[in-house]
Amino acid sequence: MAQREIEIILMRQLASYLTVPIFVVDPAGTLLFYNEPAEGLLGRVFDEAGEMPMGEWSTIFRPTDDEGHPLEPDALPLVVALKQRQPARRALWIVGLDGVPRKIDIVAFPLIGQGNRLLGAAAVLWDVNGR
Amino acid sequence: MKVTLWGTRGSLPSAGPETVRYGGNTSCVELRDRAGALIVLDAGTGIRRLGSVVEREIARVDILLTHLHMDHIQGFGFFDPLYRPGLEVHVWGPPSTTHDLRTRLTKYLSPPLFPVRLRDLPCRLHLHDVPMGAFAIASLQVHAALVFHPGPTVGYRFVERERSVVYIPDHEPALGARTFPGRPRWTSGYDLANEADLLIHDAQFTEEEYEHRVGWGHSAITHTAKFARLVGARRLVTFHHDPGHSDDTLDQMARRIENASTPFELMPGQEGRSFTIGA
Repeated sequence: MAQREIEIILMRQLASYLTVPIFVVDPAGTLLFYNEPAEGLLGRVFDEAGEMPMGEWSTIFRPTDDEGHPLEPDALPLVVALKQRQPARRALWIVGLDGVPRKIDIVAFPLIGQGNRLLGAAAVLWDVNGR
Repeated sequence: MKVTLWGTRGSLPSAGPETVRYGGNTSCVELRDRAGALIVLDAGTGIRRLGSVVEREIARVDILLTHLHMDHIQGFGFFDPLYRPGLEVHVWGPPSTTHDLRTRLTKYLSPPLFPVRLRDLPCRLHLHDVPMGAFAIASLQVHAALVFHPGPTVGYRFVERERSVVYIPDHEPALGARTFPGRPRWTSGYDLANEADLLIHDAQFTEEEYEHRVGWGHSAITHTAKFARLVGARRLVTFHHDPGHSDDTLDQMARRIENASTPFELMPGQEGRSFTIGA
């Protein structure tokens, strides 16, 4: 079992201490971790959800725009941050794994280390109606 | 490989009657491969004495810096081989996100902090931003990786004929961990130190001291022991002793983690001590 990149470990440790919901993926987009505040929004504790590929997490929460139109994975801020290596922000609707629809504002940013190494991306999730 | 400790102290040189057994010089370790190639790990004050015994006929020296905190570079300008015309000296160390190694090292090795500029050294000096991942020096496979410590800091793993020496003098793998040790993939330094034949690792603090120094980039000796157990190290050399710790204190710290179930051989880092790894 290979050790994660040091910056990713630090990101996870930091996220685990913050009350802001945070979601972390690796360079392939695989979900590595979301913290306890994010568990409330996504409707399942991370230890139950576990790591999952981008193709799964980008659809499992059924993201839609304000009009209810489904959003393609490439329209999601975290995917933009990862693929375009730039910050991205968007408000959208998801349905948590507890079945509850929530409108969330997402700010995503790429994690780029020394030597221009793409390490993954992180997203801050904001419950628009709940905070 | 042969390893000799020339400086085992952390943070600040600490000469005095209370530190004569473990030594007061800051980080410096001599590593020789089977053919005698010289690799110097860090340039703390211990490097001065090492420099005085480097053979005259040697053609190349490699100095590998883990980071640029003062206790790891303070002795650099006092390393005698730097003043030998024609000697090839390669210095490897981490760049920052905005400055290369030369720029960073020059901040110290130039007036007013030091009288001799890097460019004025008589040796043939080559500076390298250390690559992350594997590279080779002489017969050694070297692997460098970032580890938990304030500022860009690497640890090194050296492999020769499947035997390994790992050097992580400044490391706080317990930082931010809810429980330590956690899973290997989420533990700083795990890949570097995995199944090391000889692990030289930060053990600066007692557990009580660590509680007041979280985030300073160093380990409680109990964390060091847990880390060594997690990675499956065969021998552990505790290193980067706190400048305020006397010989007696270091003896006591070692006794606290040493017991019959310790799965590795424990050897508190003592200036002048040597180890042979492999044939």
